[in-house]
Amino acid sequence: MSWITKTFSSSIGRKIIMAVTGLFLCSFLVVHLVGNLQLFKADNGVAFNAYSEFMGHNPLIRTLEIVLVLGFGFHIYEGLALAAKNRAARGNQGYVVDHIEQNSSWHSRSMALLGSIVLFFLIVHLYNFFGSLRFTDVPRDANGNEDAYALVLAAFKNPFYVVLYVIGQVALLYHLLHGFSSAFQTLGLTHRKYTPAIKFIGYGFSIIVCAAFAAMPIYFFFFK
Amino acid sequence: MAGSNPNAKPMNLTLKVWRQKNRNAQGSIVDYQVKDISPDMSFLEMLDVLNEDLLRQGEEPVAFDHDCREGICGSCNLFINGRAHGPEPGTTTCQLHMRKFNDGDTITIEPWRANAFPVNKDLSVDRSAFDRIIQAGGYISVNTGGTPDANEIPIPKEIADRAFEAATCIACGACVASCKNASAMLFVSAKVSQLALLPQGHVERKSRVENMVAQMDKEGFGACTNIGSCAAECPVGISLENIAILNREFLAAKATSNNLA
Ligand code: HEM
Ligand code: SF4
Ligand code: FES
Repeated sequence: MSWITKTFSSSIGRKIIMAVTGLFLCSFLVVHLVGNLQLFKADNGVAFNAYSEFMGHNPLIRTLEIVLVLGFGFHIYEGLALAAKNRAARGNQGYVVDHIEQNSSWHSRSMALLGSIVLFFLIVHLYNFFGSLRFTDVPRDANGNEDAYALVLAAFKNPFYVVLYVIGQVALLYHLLHGFSSAFQTLGLTHRKYTPAIKFIGYGFSIIVCAAFAAMPIYFFFFK
Repeated sequence: MAGSNPNAKPMNLTLKVWRQKNRNAQGSIVDYQVKDISPDMSFLEMLDVLNEDLLRQGEEPVAFDHDCREGICGSCNLFINGRAHGPEPGTTTCQLHMRKFNDGDTITIEPWRANAFPVNKDLSVDRSAFDRIIQAGGYISVNTGGTPDANEIPIPKEIADRAFEAATCIACGACVASCKNASAMLFVSAKVSQLALLPQGHVERKSRVENMVAQMDKEGFGACTNIGSCAAECPVGISLENIAILNREFLAAKATSNNLA
């Protein structure tokens, strides 16, 4: 097995892990978003609660949940470990005058900071919903489903959470504005014919997904 | 003076130069004034003037690396006003001319910064890490014997051009110096793609990329996060596409080479 561990502990191998887990997490965002769009349905949460009941108990979903946790785990661990390694590679003595802003974008240089903000958001987010649904007895709605909708309603009346959720999505937006196309480059999928399209789709994906997620707390705070 | 600009006025400049006695000493920025600098001078000639002044005053001249002074050797590694080789795109320090600066300017001059490039003295850094990466695999096997005929191995023009583009890397290290992660991947990728494109490079194609990447990691360079500072600062325009090629070559080699270790 040593050639395998060598591959994935090399700098390129670890980057491959970042790219594969990063794109996997992007696919998770799509599933999560499509399901959550039911929050906007004017049925006082009937459909959303049924969906959330399904997600909480379906064996296939529960198995994929483990893959998701592993995906997050590897992405976060490797991301922070690589950031530390890269900082060390720069050395202790930095440049006295450094105009790095003239040759690269801020968000491409701030992936670890942006990821850490997303991580903080993620912990609060899991505590708000996943924790309550999985580990406490939540009242049930008229159809006998756990009333996840009521949890959302309550959480998004709290301005602190609304602001935190919007900040989380802005951080995710900038993380993905660089990360989406960066992952393709890491995987060697760069080509003068397709890379412009990948960049365009990456921008569109990041903006649409993050704007839709951010719209949820804002909508509930102001209109529910 | 032939070719010089008769209207160019000599300039007076303030230099903030990193001075460091040796590898283990603490360094610091020291201020110097230089006078009557011709705008036709190259940046290195301006430093020559400073060093002559210093010698006359009985002070230690500033150590800096240089050799060809015509943009081909890659020695002249200076970080000028916050940019590798200064603010001009596509230039080495020796090809940077003083006409790009103005009378009265303050110019900060620092050595390349990376753990894998320790400072020898002042502005001179040790880039032997690059040599060891090349030794690990940046070569091809050749048969000994008589001189082979030219064009014995036909190479399509398009391939030859792309390989040549990658081969223009002068190993200056600006990519490492400008990268937030001190990553050497642009440098390594240039050599790996150059030799992967050519039939002569195919014998060691897999072991080359495996060994060069292993040596790159061992030297303590960082991991690329596709920021792109390297390609923006590279004096010869090595493109980021080479890093994608490097990653493909690396994965393919790891998946199919006979090397189990
Ligand atoms: C849903 C959440 C997330 C998604 C969709 C996501 C997606 C991505 C993608 C696609 C990349 C680009 C990979 C590459 O350049 O090859 C990336 C890079 C990165 N991510 Fe995330 N990420 C998420 C959350 C996080 C979290 C919570 C952290 C925690 C600190 C994090 C830290 C990083 C870092 C440091 C990088 C740069 C790594 C590198 O390029 O070497 N990410 N992410
Ligand atoms: S890739 Fe460009 S910047 Fe890096 S060593 Fe080669 S010539 Fe210099
Ligand atoms: S001194 Fe040779 S490239 Fe500048």
